[in-house]
Amino acid sequence: MANTAAHGDNYINFEKGLWSWFTTVDHKRIGIMYFITVMTFFAIGGVMALLLRLELFAPNVTQGVGQVLKNGDTYNQILTYHGAIMVFMVIVPGIPAILGNFFLPLHIGAKDVAFPKINLASWYCFMLGAALAIGTFFTTKIDTGWTFYTPYSIRTGTATAMMVAAAFIMGMSSVLTGLNFIVTVHRLRAPGMTMHRMPLFVWSLYATAILQILATPVLAITLLLLAAERFLGIGIFDPKLGGDPVLFQHFFWFYSHPAVYIMILPAMGVVSEILTTFSRKVIFGYTAIAYSSLGIAAVSFFVWGHHMFVSGQSESAGILFSFLTMLVGVPTAIKMFNWVATLYKGSIQFQSPMLYALGFMFLFAIGGVTGIMLAVLPIDVHFHDTYFVVAHFHYVMVGGTLMSIMGGYYYWFPKMFGKMYSEAGARMSFVFIFIGFNVTFFPQFILGAMGMPRRYFDYIPAYETLNKVSTVGSWLIGIGFLIGLYTIVQGLLKGEKAPMNPWGSKTLEWYTPSPPPHDNFAVEPVVTAGPYEYR
Amino acid sequence: MSTDSTHGTHSAHVAHHFKDASQQYESGKEGIWLFMVTEILMFGAIFVAYAIYHHAYPDMFAEGAKSLDWKMGFVNTLVLIFSSFTMAISISYIQKNEQKKAVIALGTTVLCGAIFMVIKYFEYAHKFHLGLLPGKFLDVAGVGAEHANLGLYFGFYYCMTGLHGLHVLIGMGLITWCMIRTMRGDFHGQYWIPVEGVGLFWHIVDLIWIFLFPLLYLVG
Amino acid sequence: MAGHTSNDPNVLQPHISPMSIYLKVAGALFALTFLTIIAHHFNAQLGALAAPVAFVIALVKASLVMTWFMHLKYDTKVNRIVFACGFIFLAILFFFNAFDVATRVFESSPL
Repeated sequence: MANTAAHGDNYINFEKGLWSWFTTVDHKRIGIMYFITVMTFFAIGGVMALLLRLELFAPNVTQGVGQVLKNGDTYNQILTYHGAIMVFMVIVPGIPAILGNFFLPLHIGAKDVAFPKINLASWYCFMLGAALAIGTFFTTKIDTGWTFYTPYSIRTGTATAMMVAAAFIMGMSSVLTGLNFIVTVHRLRAPGMTMHRMPLFVWSLYATAILQILATPVLAITLLLLAAERFLGIGIFDPKLGGDPVLFQHFFWFYSHPAVYIMILPAMGVVSEILTTFSRKVIFGYTAIAYSSLGIAAVSFFVWGHHMFVSGQSESAGILFSFLTMLVGVPTAIKMFNWVATLYKGSIQFQSPMLYALGFMFLFAIGGVTGIMLAVLPIDVHFHDTYFVVAHFHYVMVGGTLMSIMGGYYYWFPKMFGKMYSEAGARMSFVFIFIGFNVTFFPQFILGAMGMPRRYFDYIPAYETLNKVSTVGSWLIGIGFLIGLYTIVQGLLKGEKAPMNPWGSKTLEWYTPSPPPHDNFAVEPVVTAGPYEYR
Repeated sequence: MSTDSTHGTHSAHVAHHFKDASQQYESGKEGIWLFMVTEILMFGAIFVAYAIYHHAYPDMFAEGAKSLDWKMGFVNTLVLIFSSFTMAISISYIQKNEQKKAVIALGTTVLCGAIFMVIKYFEYAHKFHLGLLPGKFLDVAGVGAEHANLGLYFGFYYCMTGLHGLHVLIGMGLITWCMIRTMRGDFHGQYWIPVEGVGLFWHIVDLIWIFLFPLLYLVG
Repeated sequence: MAGHTSNDPNVLQPHISPMSIYLKVAGALFALTFLTIIAHHFNAQLGALAAPVAFVIALVKASLVMTWFMHLKYDTKVNRIVFACGFIFLAILFFFNAFDVATRVFESSPL
C-alpha cells in the first residue's frame, strides 16, 4: 500500500469515484452494492404486488376483463414476476448477500471474506441474472409462475428459457456466496473466536451457506434439462413424449424447499442478535439455537415432497413426506422457545429494531403453525392451491424474513453508514407495516378456508369483502415502506453521527468505528469470551 | 508480507486478508472442494434422472446403448485416465520446483483433452450422420427405431456428454492458463494452489466420465 | 524472517507423493478399464449382474482417483467431510425419487 495518505479512514471514503465501487473487493462495499440493487428489485416486486391486490379489489364486471390489468394473461405475468423477483432477487440474496456480506467478517474478526474476488464475481453474476430476468419483461414476458412447472413451461410461448437462464446464473451467484461464507467461517476466525463463540447470526449464515452449496446445483441441472426439453423435446418432463412432470417437481423442490430455509434461517439469526441486545441479557440456550440452525438445514432436505401432495407422487411418498415435515417444527420451536426465554426478566428496550424482532416472532409463529397444519397430508389436500397457502407463506416470507431484514437494517444502519436515523420514523414505519401486513394476509387464511383458489384474477362475489380488506391492507404496507424509505434516506443525508456502539451490543462489529475502516479492525481482535456477555 | 527469500528462491505471496501462507492455502483448498461438491450434485442429479428413466424404459435404453460404439468410449476413458495421471504429476513437479517437467505434464494433459474432444467430435458426427439426434429431432421411422421415445435416450446422451464435454473444454482452458503461468514462474514449491484447484476440477471431469462410460455405452 | 522450520505457518510443507504411486494408480485404472470391457463381453452370462459389475468396477476406479490423484488420503478431515456431503445428499435425492417411483403406479405412456 503505497500512498495510504490518499485513502480515507473508513470503507466508504477509502477510495473515491463510482469506478472504485464497481471494482471493489471489499466485502462491506459489496454488501452495500447488494443493498442498493436488491432494494431496487424489492421496490419493483412490491409495486407488482400492489397491482395484483388492486386487481383483486373487486370481482370483474365483464368476464375476462380486469379492473386494472387488461386480462388474465397480464395478471399471470405480473404474478409470475412478483414471485420470481421476490424469491430469486430479493429474499434469497436479501440477508446473506447484504447483511451477511457486510457483517460476517466483522462478526468473526476477519479482514474480509476468504475469496474477495469471487465475492465481487458473485455480485456480477447476480446482476447479469437479474438483467436477464428483467429483460424478459421486454420480450414476450413469462407466465409460468416462479416454479416453472412442466408441462406448461415447455409449451408456453413466453420467454421461459431466458428466465430459466437468469435463475441459473443467479443460482451461481448464490453458490459463490455460500462457498465464501463456509470457508470464511472455517478458516478466517480471529484468535480465540472458537465456533462456539461466534454470534448466532454467523451460525445461521453458516447453515444457510451449506444449503446454498448443496441445493442450488440440483436447481441448475433441473433448469438446464427444462431448457433442453423446450428446445430439443427430449421427453424427460413432457408426458406427451413419455416423460414425467412429477420428476421436475421433485428436482425443483429438492432445491426450492431448502431455499425456503435459505430465506428464513438468516432472518432467525438477525432476530437472535436483536433480541439479546435489546433485552440486555445473555441469549438463552446459545448452543440450542446454534445447532437448531444446522438441524433445520439438515431436515430441509427430507421434506420437499409436501409441495407435491396433489401432484401425482405416490401416496406412500406423500405420507412419508408429511411425517418428515413435522420434524421441521422441532428445531424451529426450539428457537422460538429460547427467544421467549431470552426475553424473560430481560431489561427490554422497545427500540425500532426490537419492534421488528418482536413482530417477526409474532408473525412467524402464525406462519410456522399454519405450516405445520399444511404439512398434514389430508389438510393440505383440502387447502392446496387456495389462499390459505398464500397467506401461510407470506406470513413466513414477509412476516418472517422481511420483518427481520427491516429490523436488521435499522439495527446495523448506524454501523453501516455511520449515521443515526429518526427513531420516530422507523417506529411509524413498523406500525404501518405490521398492521398492514395482518390486515392484508389474515383475511387470506379465511378466504383460503372458504375455498378461494390462488393465482386467479377473478373470483365469485362471496369473496369480495375479505378481498377488499386485504387490498386496503396492502396500501398500509406500501405506506409503511415509503415511510421506511424516507427514514433511511433522511438518516443518510441528515442523520447525526453514530457512535461506535449505539445499542450497547457485545458482538465484535460494535468495537470498531462506525463506519468501519477498510481493514475492519485497526488491530486484529483477540476474543476471550462468548458473544453475549451482558452483565 | 515482507520478502522471505531465505527459503530457496521462492516464498508464497499471501493476500492481505490472510495471516499466513498456510491459512491461504487451506482456505483455497476448502473453497475448491466446496465447488467440487456442487459439480457432484449437478452431474449427480442428471444421473438420478437417468436411473429413473432407465427403470421406466429398460428396453428403449438397451436399444440406444447398442447404437453407441463402446470402442470410442473405451479409448476416451483411457485418454482421460492418462490425462488425470499427467495432471497429478504436474503438481508434484511444481511442488518440487521442477517447472519445466511440470509444463510438459500440463501440456500433455491439454493434448489428451484435445484428443478426447476430437474422438467425441467423430462420435457426434457419426451420430448426426445416422440421424441419431436428441428428442424431437430424431426421426423414429427414418432411423428405424423400435421405440418411439428413443429420442429420450439420445436426449440423455447428448445432455450428459455435452455437459461433460463443456467441462473438458473449460478444463483445457484452465490448464492452459496454469501452463502459461507456470512458464512465467508464478507457481513454485510455495505457491501452487491454482494448479491444484484446476487439477481437482480435471479429476472430477475424469471421475464423471468413469461413470458415464458404463452408463451410456455398456449398460443396455 | 528467522526460520523456516516445519512449524512456520508461512512456509508450506506439501505432501509430495512419489512418482511410483501415481504410476501404480494409473496402471490400476488402465487395468480396471480393460476389466470393464472384458466383463462387458460376458454380459450374456452375467445376466442381471452385468450392470452391478460394471458399476462396482467404476466405483473402485473412482475411489482410486479420489484417494490418490485428488489426494483425499492426505487431505484434512473437513475437506473429506465436505466432499462426502456431495454424495450423501445425492443419495437423499435418489432415495426419495426412487421411493416415489417404486411405490407409484407408474403411468408409462403407450410409447
